[in-house]
Amino acid sequence: MDSIFSMFLNDYYIQVLTMLGIYLIAALGLNLITGVTGQLSFGHAAFLSIGAYTSAIISLKLQLPFVVALLAAGLMTAIWGILLGYPTLRLTGDYLGIATLGFGEIVRVVFLNMKITGGALGLAGIPRSTSLTMVIILVFITILAMFRLENSRFGRSLIAIREDEIAAEAMGINITKTKITAFALGTFFAGVGGGLYAHLIQYLNPQDFGFVKSFDFLAFIVLGGLGSIPGAILGTTVLTLAPEFLRFVADYRMMIYGLLMVFMMIVRPRGLLGGVKLSRLFAKKKVQTTGTSASGGAN
Amino acid sequence: MLSQQILNGITLGATYALIALGYTMVYGIIQLINFAHGEIYMVGAFVGVFMITVFQQGLVVSLAAAMLACVIMGVTIERFAYRPLRRSTRLAPLISAIGLSIFLQTLMTKIKGPQPIPFPHVMEDALYKLGPIEISKVQIIILVVASLLMAGLHFIVKYVKIGKAMRAASEDYDTSALMGINVNRVISFTFAIGSSLAAAGGVLVGLYFNSVSPFMGVTAGLKAFCAAVLGGIGSIPGAMLGGLFIGVAETLGIAGGFDTYKDAIAFTLLIIVLLFRPTGLLGRPIQKKV
Repeated sequence: MDSIFSMFLNDYYIQVLTMLGIYLIAALGLNLITGVTGQLSFGHAAFLSIGAYTSAIISLKLQLPFVVALLAAGLMTAIWGILLGYPTLRLTGDYLGIATLGFGEIVRVVFLNMKITGGALGLAGIPRSTSLTMVIILVFITILAMFRLENSRFGRSLIAIREDEIAAEAMGINITKTKITAFALGTFFAGVGGGLYAHLIQYLNPQDFGFVKSFDFLAFIVLGGLGSIPGAILGTTVLTLAPEFLRFVADYRMMIYGLLMVFMMIVRPRGLLGGVKLSRLFAKKKVQTTGTSASGGAN
Repeated sequence: MLSQQILNGITLGATYALIALGYTMVYGIIQLINFAHGEIYMVGAFVGVFMITVFQQGLVVSLAAAMLACVIMGVTIERFAYRPLRRSTRLAPLISAIGLSIFLQTLMTKIKGPQPIPFPHVMEDALYKLGPIEISKVQIIILVVASLLMAGLHFIVKYVKIGKAMRAASEDYDTSALMGINVNRVISFTFAIGSSLAAAGGVLVGLYFNSVSPFMGVTAGLKAFCAAVLGGIGSIPGAMLGGLFIGVAETLGIAGGFDTYKDAIAFTLLIIVLLFRPTGLLGRPIQKKV
């Protein structure tokens, strides 16, 4: 299938689309944590880097197959998600965000100082195993998993926690356990995304996973419409492709990108798809959407 | 020498505290983490350099000009990027702030180039001996300016009408509006004060480290934010305490041989403090209401 893609698309488009797929997987992971469960996470890039380094080291040092490296990346990241989540998920709202932000910076500095990660020089020579076909398949699996998850008993308890933690607890939901599970699942997808990233770019440097990157992911899901899977997909697509489309303005590219973020937020404060139910848009009978539909997000 | 390191730490911490005050005051009133604040600090430093090199002004005039420029910038940013989002979800103004931060950084890179530029020579530095410790003229200037500004802030917040309005608005936004306080004006004023303090911090840091760069706001902003949270976000004495605490801890950490971990020290401290005191050292506990 990759040969078909390369017939129609040049290497640049394939690279951009593969990157978009990787970001989609990671962003959907963050959407589960921040969008669905309402737990602020400002350290998503750190989880991506844990996955990226884990898979890269497994490929380079142990020479195990790519699938094993990817799974290990996901699991390792989920373990760190649990390790971080266990003490910090008791913190509420912004304080949780701040603790995850701190965690992200600590991870970056630790990777900069570790021998096995190559320190500030970075880790080079990772085999290029990520292909567009594989990423597309994984994106579909992720989307499907997210939809199934959200409509399960577990998913409903996540939404209940987002809407009102105390009420959810009164309904018999084990808050801590549910939150940590959501955190572990969300970070698992970040880890897989990181593994794919490592085997696409073939070079890792801790500086590429700073808090700026974490905020990029947050911007993806907030701009799309927090808590909505189509929203996360749309937001990620728009914001990942915007800098590519803006290449013609050269030096002013990131300036316009920044202003675009401000402008889009002011025009649609709830995100592009915030409060929009796609199923209703396509339904024959037009149901008047009221403002009371779940607004979503960390409050 | 321990006392020498502590003095250096306090100097560094005073600049963190100046930036942290802006974060904490804004958060106290509208619960917004103003991630563009680090960029205001950076622009302040550049305005200072500009005043000295282009207009040949002294340090005092340049400092005042940088503060004034940042007041205008801070108020404008609040008016156009945050005010329209005040009643929307909590994350919306945050994303707006990040967009602004990207914009300001790339704008400055476009104007001045990505390389750090040296801070112009404004005066002869001198070292004074105080018993076992040495203090430089620059350090004295930083400590004096920072203390004066913080004392001024304390006076405004405690005794001036608008300062009282600020405290009322941070206590209860809606009720203070009902009591006839013009909350919009209070918020503008808060941004004005916060931005001017950040600008002063920027000029002082430029003077201290003899370097100004378009990316200086990122790490400094993050650490100052750390200081604000550590001290208890929303609390003005907390931000001062947090700033000094992080400055001293960082300097001692570097002296203790952890220099490659320098940027992680503040965050490690922050996480440890948050685990034991979830709202920071001087923060009020959050009340959970059913």
